[in-house]
Amino acid sequence: MSGSYPKPKLVPVPSTNIIPDRDADKSPILECRNLGIDFGGLSAVSDFNMAIGRTEIAGLIGPNGAGKTTVFNLLTKVYQPTRGTIMLDGKDTHSMTTAQVNRAGIARTFQNIRLFSNLSVEDNVKVGLHNQMRYGTISGILRLPGYWKEERVARERALELLSIFDMQDLASHQAGSLPYGAQRRLEIVRALASNPSLLLLDEPAAGMNPSETAELMNNIRKIRDTFHIAIMLIEHDMNLVMGVCEGICVLNFGKVIAKGTPEEIQANPAVVEAYLGKQKEA
Amino acid sequence: MQKAGKSVKRIKSLAKVDYITYLGVIIAFIVMTVLQSRGMLSRSVSGMLVPICCYICMAVSLNLTVGILGELSLGHAGFMSVGVFSGVITAMSLQSAIPNELVRMIIAIVAGAFFAAIVGLIVGIPVLRLRGDYLAIVTLAFGEIIKDLINCLLVGWDENGLHIALNFDGTKTMESLGLSENGIEIIKGAQGATGNSRIATFTMGFVLVMITLVVVLNLIRSRTGRAVMAIRDNRIAAESVGLNITKYKLIAFVTSAALAGAAGALFGMNYSNVTAAQFDFNASILVLVYVVLGGLGNIWGSIVATVVLYVLPEALREYSDYRMLLYAIILILVMLVTNNPTLRSALDILGKHLGRGKQNDAEGGAVS
Repeated sequence: MSGSYPKPKLVPVPSTNIIPDRDADKSPILECRNLGIDFGGLSAVSDFNMAIGRTEIAGLIGPNGAGKTTVFNLLTKVYQPTRGTIMLDGKDTHSMTTAQVNRAGIARTFQNIRLFSNLSVEDNVKVGLHNQMRYGTISGILRLPGYWKEERVARERALELLSIFDMQDLASHQAGSLPYGAQRRLEIVRALASNPSLLLLDEPAAGMNPSETAELMNNIRKIRDTFHIAIMLIEHDMNLVMGVCEGICVLNFGKVIAKGTPEEIQANPAVVEAYLGKQKEA
Repeated sequence: MQKAGKSVKRIKSLAKVDYITYLGVIIAFIVMTVLQSRGMLSRSVSGMLVPICCYICMAVSLNLTVGILGELSLGHAGFMSVGVFSGVITAMSLQSAIPNELVRMIIAIVAGAFFAAIVGLIVGIPVLRLRGDYLAIVTLAFGEIIKDLINCLLVGWDENGLHIALNFDGTKTMESLGLSENGIEIIKGAQGATGNSRIATFTMGFVLVMITLVVVLNLIRSRTGRAVMAIRDNRIAAESVGLNITKYKLIAFVTSAALAGAAGALFGMNYSNVTAAQFDFNASILVLVYVVLGGLGNIWGSIVATVVLYVLPEALREYSDYRMLLYAIILILVMLVTNNPTLRSALDILGKHLGRGKQNDAEGGAVS
């Protein structure tokens, strides 16, 4: 990865099927109540309470091993919570599987990139669009008119989504052979393709240099403004977190130790202690 | 954008590869038909045409499970066996009702595919919850169970319909079926099906290969196939974008079983005598060898590998003492060549120099 990658510019996405008319309702998109999970005797996350607004950019930070990714895995039902409830758009996700949670509106990226590496970039995005296509297996095998129509729409939509990160020229490349930064961007595009109302980004800036991180910040805001969705991100890069997030939740040893705006978090002694250790008394 | 130093691999135009595959099969069919009609083929070569078509269908359909779905199945011959015997039973019992051989053959093939699909569904639902080695072990066991079941199967037909008995304790004989005087004995336990009418034709084999290719290739290029390959590449990510893992695994597995059943039905109708023991673990491995050497996920590779490796042992018949030795050496050489990174990159560079894109390299990675 290097800075030679062209600067992404946002192309307005005109189609309406992905822009949800959600802003009329002001109830939170996500609400966690007393969420917790135990692995054997270890309580990895406990008493996690958080609400995220419809178009909010929220941050989840904390030292290594604090349980941030575990929270993401709980939200997407990779793990079933031991305690507590998750309300997505007012609906309890209790009995849902990972796939059902995605269809209900949560899409995510992964800390260690998980692309469909043997498929082309375009096909990766089309897999994200899968549940918005309607034709069945039989019409796919017989190539009925529905197949041609929907495949064409999906292709246009995929290129449109790729153009957010200026990646439309890479559409026919193999996803696994892309440079690291492009793979991270493709993961975000794929997640967006599944038409979420809440996007979870797990360390989107990992391994990026400062200029790429700055680009990413702009892109995160642009995604929110274009798609009118809520975004929650885990990140260690404090410039990005403080620059882009409107609300931040700090986790340490599986417990929320602080919540608030970036300014409040920066001034919070508990957060400083969690990151830097206790100040010696003079 | 390719300045990053790392070479970015472009995926070849898929539609083009598909059409070349179809074209290759059609040309091969025309050439063989012309040669056959001019009497330029020896008896042994003519006799191989239908089985080759069947094994091409087997390899292509197994490639759907192993290459596209990414699950190692060691019981593919089991599905073929189901197709063989359900096809033979259908063809034999319809002998008087439908005198037209072509119609009877088509019905038998459909029946073979149907029953293999049902067995595929029954096996697939529990098996596809397993992964990796466990799935391989269970499919292996399935193949053996099918073989043993058919070894116990007694089937006859008379004007009252089908008579079926399972000879588990070895006490039953064909008489216990109680066939009437003009009844036909179709399957006689371990002796298999004997006295079949040989109605399979090379044209039907070609049509079946084309149908298999259309089904598999169109499936791969559709929304369903993308989902299947996504599950193969990364199950967790596939779930995270809302794919129903079990459903798509099952679709691929059952399609694969149905196509194997169709191939089996045709195979059964090409011989006057087939036994369940022919479709054992070795037969499954044989087909797996075709798939692996042709390249996982590479459909035209499976076809080429099947033809070469089916004909090779026959061609080596003159050196009968060294036949299997030579076969093994050739297998090892092919494996070395297709898996050697130095040779692969050399072939890639060679391919680039020889008119880019026009040359199909010797092997394809995922889906080329």
